[in-house]
Amino acid sequence: MNTTSNLSTLDLPEVAKTNSASTHRSASLPKTGDNEEARNPGTDLNLDTIEAIRVNRSAVERRCASLGARRSVKKDYQVAWLLKAISFIDLTTLSGDDTPSRVRRLCQKARKPIRDDIVAALGIEALKLTTAAVCVYHEMLAPASKALEGSNLGLAAVSTGFPAGLIPFELRIKEIEASVAAGATEIDIVISRRYVLSGDWQALYNEVKAYREACGPAHMKTILATGELGTLRNIAKASQVCMMAGADFIKTSTGKEPVNATLPVSLVMLRMIRDYHQLTGYKVGFKPAGGISVAKDALVYLSLIKEELGNDWLCPELFRFGASSLLGDIERQLEHAVSGRYSAGFRHPIC
Amino acid sequence: MNLMTIFENMDYGTAPETSQAALQWLDQHQRRFGHFIDGKFHTDESEQRFDSRNPADGTVLASLSAAGTDTVNKAVKAAKKAQSDWSALNGHQRARHLYALARLIQKHARLFAVLETLDNGKPIRESRDADIPLVIRHFYHHAGWAQLLDSEMPEQEALGVVGQIIPWNFPLLMLAWKVAPALACGNTVVLKPAEYTSLSALLFAEICQQAGLPKGVVNIITGDGTTGSLICEHPDISKIAFTGSTEVGRQIREKTAGSGKKLTLELGGKSPFIVFDDADLDSAVEGIVDAIWFNQGQVCCAGSRLLVQESIAELLLAKIRARMDTLRIGNPLDKTVDLGAIVDPIQLQQITSLVKKGVEEGAEIYQPQVEKVDICDNGCFYPPTLLSEVEGSAYVAQEEIFGPVLVSMTFRTPAEAVQLANNTRYGLAASIWSENINLCMDIAPKIKAGVAWINCTNQFDAAAGFGGTRESGFGREGGREGLYEYLKPRHLATAKPIKAKTKPGVSAGISTTSTQNRLDRTAKFYIGGKQVRPDSGYSLDVLSPKGELLGHCGEGNRKDIRNAVEAAAKATSWSQASGHNRAQVLYYIAENLSARAEEFAARISEQTGCSTKQAAEEVEVSIQRLFSYGAWADKYDGAVHSVPMRGVALAMHEANGVMAVVCSDQEPLLGFISLIAPAIAMGNRVVAVPSQTHPLSALDFYQILETSDVPAGVINIITGNSNELAKVLAAHYNVDAIWYWGDAEGSTLVENESTASLKRTWVNYGLSRDWLSPTQGEGREFLRQATEVKNIWAPYGE
Repeated sequence: MNTTSNLSTLDLPEVAKTNSASTHRSASLPKTGDNEEARNPGTDLNLDTIEAIRVNRSAVERRCASLGARRSVKKDYQVAWLLKAISFIDLTTLSGDDTPSRVRRLCQKARKPIRDDIVAALGIEALKLTTAAVCVYHEMLAPASKALEGSNLGLAAVSTGFPAGLIPFELRIKEIEASVAAGATEIDIVISRRYVLSGDWQALYNEVKAYREACGPAHMKTILATGELGTLRNIAKASQVCMMAGADFIKTSTGKEPVNATLPVSLVMLRMIRDYHQLTGYKVGFKPAGGISVAKDALVYLSLIKEELGNDWLCPELFRFGASSLLGDIERQLEHAVSGRYSAGFRHPIC
Repeated sequence: MNLMTIFENMDYGTAPETSQAALQWLDQHQRRFGHFIDGKFHTDESEQRFDSRNPADGTVLASLSAAGTDTVNKAVKAAKKAQSDWSALNGHQRARHLYALARLIQKHARLFAVLETLDNGKPIRESRDADIPLVIRHFYHHAGWAQLLDSEMPEQEALGVVGQIIPWNFPLLMLAWKVAPALACGNTVVLKPAEYTSLSALLFAEICQQAGLPKGVVNIITGDGTTGSLICEHPDISKIAFTGSTEVGRQIREKTAGSGKKLTLELGGKSPFIVFDDADLDSAVEGIVDAIWFNQGQVCCAGSRLLVQESIAELLLAKIRARMDTLRIGNPLDKTVDLGAIVDPIQLQQITSLVKKGVEEGAEIYQPQVEKVDICDNGCFYPPTLLSEVEGSAYVAQEEIFGPVLVSMTFRTPAEAVQLANNTRYGLAASIWSENINLCMDIAPKIKAGVAWINCTNQFDAAAGFGGTRESGFGREGGREGLYEYLKPRHLATAKPIKAKTKPGVSAGISTTSTQNRLDRTAKFYIGGKQVRPDSGYSLDVLSPKGELLGHCGEGNRKDIRNAVEAAAKATSWSQASGHNRAQVLYYIAENLSARAEEFAARISEQTGCSTKQAAEEVEVSIQRLFSYGAWADKYDGAVHSVPMRGVALAMHEANGVMAVVCSDQEPLLGFISLIAPAIAMGNRVVAVPSQTHPLSALDFYQILETSDVPAGVINIITGNSNELAKVLAAHYNVDAIWYWGDAEGSTLVENESTASLKRTWVNYGLSRDWLSPTQGEGREFLRQATEVKNIWAPYGE
């Protein structure tokens, strides 16, 4: 006996059989489907939707606490899920001492995230596994772009006066434009936290909409800096406003706030993504960033996505990890899976 | 499966917990068990045997023995023998034993969890993360109570041998809820686990051996309802604690009526799960998962009745259906399943037929094709089910299904939500979802239930009492309130039977003596604030001890009782009045009684033949008693329990509602006031039956009530044959509790007649009480009986 993925019918009582209907799902919600694959263009700002948002922190925390216990993946499943996690990573360096050589090393690691012998032992050469993207400051785009030549990896630049977002507005727009011109395919913008804290949703909407226009073809990840927004309810509202303003992704953190990605914050943002999808039909991506550094946590995030949004979101177009040290831990777990021996950090190339 | 395929599909796969250690333990016992009596396992070869099965695959786990009379007698005898030494230990010594039990269960936590899941079918996640941790917590918590008992409850003592009968839905947890407080208080126990799920109790028996618990303190005997009956009927058992179905609870109430056995019943429920339009709906959906798909819905307090505000009903139901699609059902030992197996094919059949009935009555059914995990064809599985478009009158809206079946209805206003929530024979728990604290705190006290969870559900802790009202039973388990169920006031040990009156004080027919020279006074009934003539049109003579005619009282009948209960039921504003306001009324009554003290003393003296001095003392103590309860009215505070949660668990004292009090013939005035005063001080409305032989003091008293601002219907007085009236009151569905102070026969009658409604009863079994003594005649013992403890769980955090 094994897990059945084809969902053959349970041996149910007659009455149940005749009435079973999983197509019933979402019967009363607005129909979606037309916009399934399209990029989120944003909508008008709907303040009624924003004001109606309710978040119960204790209940959110309970759900998060039980999730890790309700779902787990073992053995081959765990290996496959960890490989999947690698494919979601925005391998990141955002330090004052970044140099072209450091960025080149990062990009090489992104292109070849695990050792060839491990790839061979797992028999996954055909996956041609890479991380999803690399993420750097604007000044590092040139060496990164060069190092990623010939690959399918995304190149993301943090922007708009990252991490505080407090440089003049015109310069923030110019920074986006400059990064796109320099080859960035993804722009990670930071929102003005003060608009959230003062409840000025119109200002937040206008700002993010302007950023989106400046991004042009580059996909925009909207960093909420959730650790600075005070409450889960603010996080939920900010998520919704950013999606209305045209965010391709909503992202938790810069990695520079005292508290970065957490499960409760992520759950709240995912529920907003689900609501936005139900309302508009557009799928917005999610990127938790900062603080996810061990393989086990990554697995919990993946099951959170799977449970709350479904498998559709388990693809690099809709889900990313913003992380730098996570990959190292995953590599060690994979070597353990292959060899049966616990691994050590020095056995894997650093990034 | 191929890594590449999993990489594409992102399925969970299986994550089985091994059952090896648990099976090994069963094998060590040759998969055959006897009973645990006097510290040893015994097998009686003459007894019938039955199998314990794993409901997930139908395999036999072990063979068990059905305890008959000999075994029950042996177990009770061992418990009785052990009890005096056990209760003679000081609190600290008992605490050490309970602590050892907690530690040992903790050390073998996984073995217990796996065994429980094998035997019961619940997901290992639940037995591992909920059942067993709560068991351990319960023993730790009560080790603490044992330590503190001598100083915290010096006026209380152990009951003796306690018979405990527990259900199959939380086998070891229910054992802990029963055993821990019983032992902490110095009782010894004879416990019978449910026949479907005895194994964890037998493993616990071994833990008792390992812990060095004195022999006979815990005795565990297996068997079915027949064994349970034998326990209930055993004369050496002082208390029965039962958790299970309302039907069996009734049988136990009937069997134990008049026996003097203390009783707690934790029975069925049809608990409302109320979602207002300003709730966090996504969280409410998860709450519903915890409410009705926890333990396959086989939970007495399951939030099985979803009441959702009309404006958000469609949205919420859509969210619930979507969530149901992602539930996983299957091998309970798999760590990724949400729903395991139903405990037994009989239960599965019951659920199936009830759902069928619901659909036939017009419910819309939703059963998603959930993911099956390592499922066995011989297992008992039922999918998560939603029945919507259900009307309140539907069978499935009223009857407990005890399975993973949610029934949903809509409401328009908060008032209607309360009305629908309370429109049930049960009263166990409620879950209330709204982000408005005003609304939550308004609704929680209005719902007839022992537990209310605000923005959460199925929260349990050893520090907070759990239990219900109405046909969900009575008594609390956990917390300080739960301890009293295993204790009795020390003064009861010396209570003597009331001496039978040689000369009745009242008689039907026409007395041949006359009331001499007094102007004739017509004592009536007092109903709804008015003096009312008896429906029967008959009066009874009230005679002095010498046989002289003192006057007349009405002969009440069932219609008078009906009218009085109706009046009391209407006087709801008294229950909502502040303690301060009620105190004012009690003081005013005392003031007015004081003004007429001499007259009341004379009346006592002529009825009972006591000396003038004694009569004057009775009046004086009556005045003091009214003052005492005036004082208590705003001081019998609830508690905030220390539960492991960011939030508060408020143990609120609530009035029972409508109470019947049938008064003693001892001290005709004081006996009456000692019962009505605590009842009304706590906000109850009362139907009182005064002393049958000396009713005139209570009848004079209504004139005092009329001048003391007592609202109409708060106190109603009916005279006549006490036991006949008590019978009607005990059987009345709208009377929430009854106190009876009369003879042994009447006590039996009251307990028997309470069987249908399962109301709380407090009777004296024909024993006398010194009403003049402040320790026996007033205080917390009375206040506890006059109130229900409702635990309101309110997590917080923005």
